[in-house]
Amino acid sequence: MLAVADLNAYYGRSHVLQGVNLKVGEGEIVSLLGRNGVGRSTTCRAIMGLVAPHGSIRFKDKEIAGLKPHAIARLGVGYVPEDREIFPRLTVIQNLILGLKNKGQKGRWTIEDVFELFPRLGERTHVLAGFISGGEQQMLTMCRTLVGDPDFIMIDEPTEGLSPKMIEQVRQLIQEIAQSGISVLLVEQKLTIALAISHRIYIMGHGRIVFEGTPSEFQENTDVRKEWLEI
Amino acid sequence: MLEFILFSCINSLLYGLLLFMLSSGLTLIFGLMNVLNFAHASFFMLGAYFAYEISTYIGFWPALVFAPLGVGVVGIFIERYGLRSVHKYGHVAELLFTFGVFYVIDELVILIWGRNPVPYEVPGGLDFTLLTIMNTNFSAYRAFMLLISVAMFAVLFFVITRSRLGLIIQAALTHPETVGALGHNVPSVFMYVFGGGAALAGLAGVIGGNYLITEPAMAQNLGPIVFVVVVVGGMGSLTGAFVASLLIAALQTFAVGMEVSLSDLLALWDVYIPEASGIIEDLLRIQVSHTRGMLPYLFMVLMLVFKPKGLMGTREE
Repeated sequence: MLAVADLNAYYGRSHVLQGVNLKVGEGEIVSLLGRNGVGRSTTCRAIMGLVAPHGSIRFKDKEIAGLKPHAIARLGVGYVPEDREIFPRLTVIQNLILGLKNKGQKGRWTIEDVFELFPRLGERTHVLAGFISGGEQQMLTMCRTLVGDPDFIMIDEPTEGLSPKMIEQVRQLIQEIAQSGISVLLVEQKLTIALAISHRIYIMGHGRIVFEGTPSEFQENTDVRKEWLEI
Repeated sequence: MLEFILFSCINSLLYGLLLFMLSSGLTLIFGLMNVLNFAHASFFMLGAYFAYEISTYIGFWPALVFAPLGVGVVGIFIERYGLRSVHKYGHVAELLFTFGVFYVIDELVILIWGRNPVPYEVPGGLDFTLLTIMNTNFSAYRAFMLLISVAMFAVLFFVITRSRLGLIIQAALTHPETVGALGHNVPSVFMYVFGGGAALAGLAGVIGGNYLITEPAMAQNLGPIVFVVVVVGGMGSLTGAFVASLLIAALQTFAVGMEVSLSDLLALWDVYIPEASGIIEDLLRIQVSHTRGMLPYLFMVLMLVFKPKGLMGTREE
């Protein structure tokens, strides 16, 4: 589905990504872990075309590095940014409508499905998105990308600042997304969730991938955990 | 008195809607692209000149449609092949670019149509007095300007709040990157907003050019006031621009008819300053109507001091 090879990215003179290699297969949940500031979000932003990428990004066997964000999205890449980035002055339903790439688009997830799955959002269709709770905003952001019918979705820090109950809902939603046939790249800090739902994990450090393996391989390797994740 | 209030209200509304036609584009362009477009009033001037040229061949009514469209195309061209290339060099370069465009348009207009005003006149069919209230005439053309302005406001309001394009514009005002990542072509939205803003300014030029005077100085005369409207309303806020347009129009229109001085106003409260002399005396004697040109700027300065974000602005900068 997605193959990133020797990906480099820069913020001004700072060399943020220094040769990232990663792959996400069809229907797979892959987690990208690491401490703050190691380049996990930048990896997503570079794949999405929001940061200029240097290197190869192949999606469904097509080179997408250098394309504009909207063109990448239209090829089937979805991105749920960190900090939620809902449109605060638009209503819940208007936020969802903006997720549709074309008027009346029908994909694996429709707006009706979203309201069925999250009745709380359904009850607040005409409330400004800036006034709903943090957990509801997170659901809204994920669903906004889902109704655009991506084949691959990158979700950046979805559990940040959420209550344990909401974290559980997010976990369930990510698994449902994968079950509907969408490949997932999850950027997370909470190891428990990443280890519970991922097929494979990558650990990042200093702008490159420092570990790749299954959750069980990771758990056996305490050195990696100590060096790259624990503070 | 009643007559003065009634006509000042109508004139304020008319002038205010014209100002809004100009400032709506400017504030949207600023909100979306962070570009303060110095050349915006030039589009107003181009609208008037295009309409003059078209109306000499095929009449005013086709000009009403084609002149704004022509200005819109010029705007799209400037954004696509000028501003977009300058974008990567930052806001200062963009600002200087629009500043340059202002002068280029100005000189081109002088080259083509000359320095003197052109005889762009009110169409014959609308050149009559529609009604006379208490000895004051209200021309049919002014009623027509009012109608066009209200219709433009209704269309703009509908597009921004009800259409899909309007939703994309509203969302891109706060999170342009996210809108792009959802699959919407933000650069082309910018281009159409720039073109649409230019077309609206052009429309204001078409209906205002023959009512005022179509001359090369018209962009320079109106440009600063439009900036005042955008700053007072809050940079990037369409509602703010609407309220500020009406407010500034009312301020200027009511001031022009007020033949009272500061000393007259003080006399209302029985305050007299008998020993006033020199500059104090001069200040007390200035009539409100003479301050017409200064009032919007004074208003803007006060706004920047007490509420720098403007009436409805949300920006932190």
